[in-house]
Amino acid sequence: MPRISWRRLAGGGERRWAMLGLVIIVGLWEIGHRAYGDFVLPSPWATLLALGRLGAGGELGPAVLTTARDALSGFIVATLAGSLLGGLAGRSRPAKAMLQPLATILIGVPAIAWVVLSLLWFGGSGLAATFSVAVAVGPLVFVAAAQGTRTVDGGLRTMARAFRVPLGARIVDVYLPHVLSHLLPALGTALAMSWKVAVMAELLTGAGGIGDGLAAARAEVDTAKTMAWVVAVVALLLIVDRLIIEPVRRYFETWRRGLPGEAA
Amino acid sequence: MSGDGALIASGVMHGFAGIKVLDGVDLGIPRGGILAILGPSGSGKTTLLHILGGLLTPDAGRIERPFERPAFVFQDPLLLPWRTARGNVAFGLAGQRLSRAERLSRVRSMLIKVGLGHDDAGLYPHQLSGGMKKRVALARALAVEPDFLLLDEAFSALDVGLSREMQQLVRLDAQERGVTVALVTHDLSEAVRLADRAVVLAGRPGRIVARLSIDRPARLRDDAFVDAEIRRITALDMIRDAFRPMLSG
Repeated sequence: MPRISWRRLAGGGERRWAMLGLVIIVGLWEIGHRAYGDFVLPSPWATLLALGRLGAGGELGPAVLTTARDALSGFIVATLAGSLLGGLAGRSRPAKAMLQPLATILIGVPAIAWVVLSLLWFGGSGLAATFSVAVAVGPLVFVAAAQGTRTVDGGLRTMARAFRVPLGARIVDVYLPHVLSHLLPALGTALAMSWKVAVMAELLTGAGGIGDGLAAARAEVDTAKTMAWVVAVVALLLIVDRLIIEPVRRYFETWRRGLPGEAA
Repeated sequence: MSGDGALIASGVMHGFAGIKVLDGVDLGIPRGGILAILGPSGSGKTTLLHILGGLLTPDAGRIERPFERPAFVFQDPLLLPWRTARGNVAFGLAGQRLSRAERLSRVRSMLIKVGLGHDDAGLYPHQLSGGMKKRVALARALAVEPDFLLLDEAFSALDVGLSREMQQLVRLDAQERGVTVALVTHDLSEAVRLADRAVVLAGRPGRIVARLSIDRPARLRDDAFVDAEIRRITALDMIRDAFRPMLSG
């Protein structure tokens, strides 16, 4: 079957291009290292060694767990509150009129300002990071949920009413799939932002986590260690995205296969 | 509740954004009767159908609607894009207490009745042709085993042969279970083939300008009868005035 082997070749080719992209980045990194020296840009290999040392020294594991806790707890609060309020705003004009400006203001406040404020409010506890993440990320989720709920097809709603479909089935079958098509991309962005804000908050609170490690590495003027922490947080983000967001997206978007502009 | 289970609408008036669409509409359909609502486009046919089905509350007037299970076929198929043909038909049954097996078997047999096989049943709406979508919408309505069926241009996107087949399906199903049917159409032959009475809406706001009855039993209406009946109806002055733009076009 020539068609199938063609497809497999194309898939393999795509992965090969992705690898090539990665190789180029590491290559540029290495060139930068050779040009500017160890202090400014440690080599990829030195960074990997530093990462290994962090793991062996027992620093990496707890830090990763703390950061994951901070980022994910804030992300979950943001997702719940954001989709609930967004859903409400999408269905009720007064709620939208009231909440929309609030969301706009919250989006406008720089994430670092939230970190500073939450430090003042919650002190050095882990709550500061959770709060910063939730309040920085929540409005993104809110806007997507409101947009999704507002644009649910009126015809489909009428149809569900005509067939006297109970509320539960109406939410699951009419609202949710449409809202998710708006919400899932926003959740991907929100999750990525959650890590950044969490690390930022940890850096200032010093209550543990990758951010705390970064602060220590900076104090020691250890660039390789700093780079190692950066690699750790990026890897963490990628793993969670691939493990949670991507499968959820694939599950809910099976029906899109074969739509114009979608991969088969 | 009315004793004989008839649908009765009296003095129905409705408007959208201050513009009157329907004015003083009175009509009745006895239980098991088939009423066709005819008229040029823009005469308020769909609005009237939605009022009869309880999807719209009229600004004025009274509706007696002694039915438990209404089912609609809308002008647009209105299928859930994220559900397969099978899932869409099953969605219409979501409000009924049925076992999973019962639901599935009803969905399957209804899809076969409208001419969609096992392979088609697993396709999503964007993979179906316009006519197939219409048939899924019809299957969704019939699967409910309605006691009141409302059809809004249900057969219009189908080619002639298929549209006849689907009309036949609706007619047999309605006769067998004594379903009351209200159907909106701009196609006189569809009305003459299916309905036992018809009202013609015309003007803005829409009013009933003519009432027709087609007395011969539906199963005895052959092509010659339908042609003769259409000629008889279009010869009526009221009808000619109402449809003038369409008949000349």
